[in-house]
Amino acid sequence: MKEFDDVVIDIKKLSFSRGDRLIYDEVDIKVPRGKITAIMGPSGTGKTTLLRLIGGQLKPDSGSILVDDDNIPELGRSDLFNVRERMGMLFQSGALFTDISVFENVAFPIRVHTDLSEDMIRDVVFMKLQAVGLRGAHDLMPSELSGGMARRVALARAISLDPDIVMYDEPFTGQDPIAMGVLVNLIRELNASLEHTSIIVSHDIQETLGIADYIYIIADSKVIASGTPEELSKVESEQVKQFMHGLPDGPVPFHFPADDIVSDLMGGQQ
Amino acid sequence: MINQLARLGHKGLSKLAAFGRAGMILFQSLVAAPQPLIMFPLLVKQIYFVGVLSLIIIVVSGLFIGMVLGLQGYTILVDYGSEQAVGQMVALSLVRELAPVVTALLFAGRAGSALTAEIGLMKATEQLSSLEMIGVDPLRRIIAPRFWAGFICLPILAAIFALVGIYGGALVSIDWLGIYEGSFWANMQNSVDFYDDVVNGLIKAVAFGFVVTWIAVFQGYDCIPTSEGISQATTKTVVYSSLAVLGLDFILTAVMFGEL
Amino acid sequence: MRMRILEISVGAFIVAGALALVGLALNVSGLNVSNSDQTYTVYARFENIGGLTPRAKVTMSGVAIGEVNEIILDKDELMARVEMNIYGDVDFLSIDSSASILTAGLLGEQYIGISVGAEDDSLKDGDYIEDTQSALVLEELIGKFLFNEVSE
Repeated sequence: MKEFDDVVIDIKKLSFSRGDRLIYDEVDIKVPRGKITAIMGPSGTGKTTLLRLIGGQLKPDSGSILVDDDNIPELGRSDLFNVRERMGMLFQSGALFTDISVFENVAFPIRVHTDLSEDMIRDVVFMKLQAVGLRGAHDLMPSELSGGMARRVALARAISLDPDIVMYDEPFTGQDPIAMGVLVNLIRELNASLEHTSIIVSHDIQETLGIADYIYIIADSKVIASGTPEELSKVESEQVKQFMHGLPDGPVPFHFPADDIVSDLMGGQQ
Repeated sequence: MINQLARLGHKGLSKLAAFGRAGMILFQSLVAAPQPLIMFPLLVKQIYFVGVLSLIIIVVSGLFIGMVLGLQGYTILVDYGSEQAVGQMVALSLVRELAPVVTALLFAGRAGSALTAEIGLMKATEQLSSLEMIGVDPLRRIIAPRFWAGFICLPILAAIFALVGIYGGALVSIDWLGIYEGSFWANMQNSVDFYDDVVNGLIKAVAFGFVVTWIAVFQGYDCIPTSEGISQATTKTVVYSSLAVLGLDFILTAVMFGEL
Repeated sequence: MRMRILEISVGAFIVAGALALVGLALNVSGLNVSNSDQTYTVYARFENIGGLTPRAKVTMSGVAIGEVNEIILDKDELMARVEMNIYGDVDFLSIDSSASILTAGLLGEQYIGISVGAEDDSLKDGDYIEDTQSALVLEELIGKFLFNEVSE
């Protein structure tokens, strides 16, 4: 694994299981500051779980998650809320509050965490909405937005407090090509202009390869490969190749584990 | 055999754990660090959804139940020549039992299921997680105002139900069946006691409001965040809270009126 | 504006609830605030109270002047002691008044009827009514009737 000059999130020997299923087995991940880091892997490998672990919504079985010098699993409730102020998270579904308008959604974190005057809040919200190109939609309700627009509003809300770390949970899933392109550009531009650290969890290979500075590939509850997009395209491992090129069968099997098909088919006649 | 015993134990443990979680939700949303200033506008909004919007069903049901009581009471009491007592019968049965119980059952169906579905959907669409990531405790922000709203609204609705029902009974008995108005009201006022009947009825309503809202918010907060999970949770809310209301009603009645 | 309508309707809802409670109190339960505030207590001992219960009416000439508060068994006298709360404005019950347990109608509730005597002094808080007449118990009546028939 490559050593970075400046690491903002340092995950060491992280293990996490849900029920009897082991999701992470002593995983080490380092996230460099100010860069776009992507966590990739097939569906069901617990990529979203990783973001929740970083956000402190789940507690790992063992291991540490250092955000600068705070070990997330050991923080108390109020310290945890302080750390979360530095994080923005874009949820897969957008997770806009459906009972308040777009403007109020973006204003919500500002109202919670600051004592800014109503004029200041208005200015900040309009700046954030302008950044995602939706200033004109400020008085719409979330139910009136298309999926892509909702995700952009959610992005504006995630960056409303100028967080140090922005986490994107499957930002490209279920988007049409235009909305996808808009989002890819937004993530790249916001990362460059606001100088925060971005973590993208995704299984959309092409889009993620296009913007990520560094990539981790997760499968079988371990990191199976990591590196820059160029480095990864040269990796010889069958498993990585299968994922990177989207091959239907390989080390990650097409078939869900099952008995021999002959015995299943003959079963009815015995 | 051993396996079945183990399964029983597993089930018992998971039920017990659910009770524990419900208790935690209750404690954290109500007792730990309340924020009255932030909560007030949210509470007003929830009273609107939970209380004001339930008003129509409560008024209509109360009116009809009162009218039916008047009619049935009359046909029975007229055999004994004591049809003047119909006012007393309508008022006592409404104030003591029917107003708190029927209001609580209607409330569970109308508002409780809506609360569960709303909170469940918030969970499914990651709104609760999102609040947490913004640094707001969803228990205080989402659960607590809904809880208080249910708690406040049910006694109000029950009082309205009882009064509307009594006037419905009066309408049938006096205007339709021709009972003398004076004896209708006088009999009622002689037999209904403010503290023993009205206040006890309201205490029941408060207790039911507590239980129904608790079950509703817990089922929503604890549901499996899928469409199936939400529909199951909504069903559970209605079934559990109806059973809880009827069971609790027996206990409260035994405590309040059992001595007399 | 939407918020304002919402607030107004919530306010109206709470007022409606309060009005319903007042309606239940005054119209349905006939709560009378002025009388229940000031009462004085009078006791009476009965051989047998029959089906008298707390909260039963105390009447004079058919008009309610108070209610039964508590019924206990007096161990010394071996009689039932009934504690009555009489409204404060009924302060003219003479000390030789008599109390009897009566029944409203054939199957109706039992209540206490008080008839005033001739003395000038009136009953004070904590006084006893000495002249009492117990409730009529159907079995005793029938028993007496049969006994008289046989002895004749």
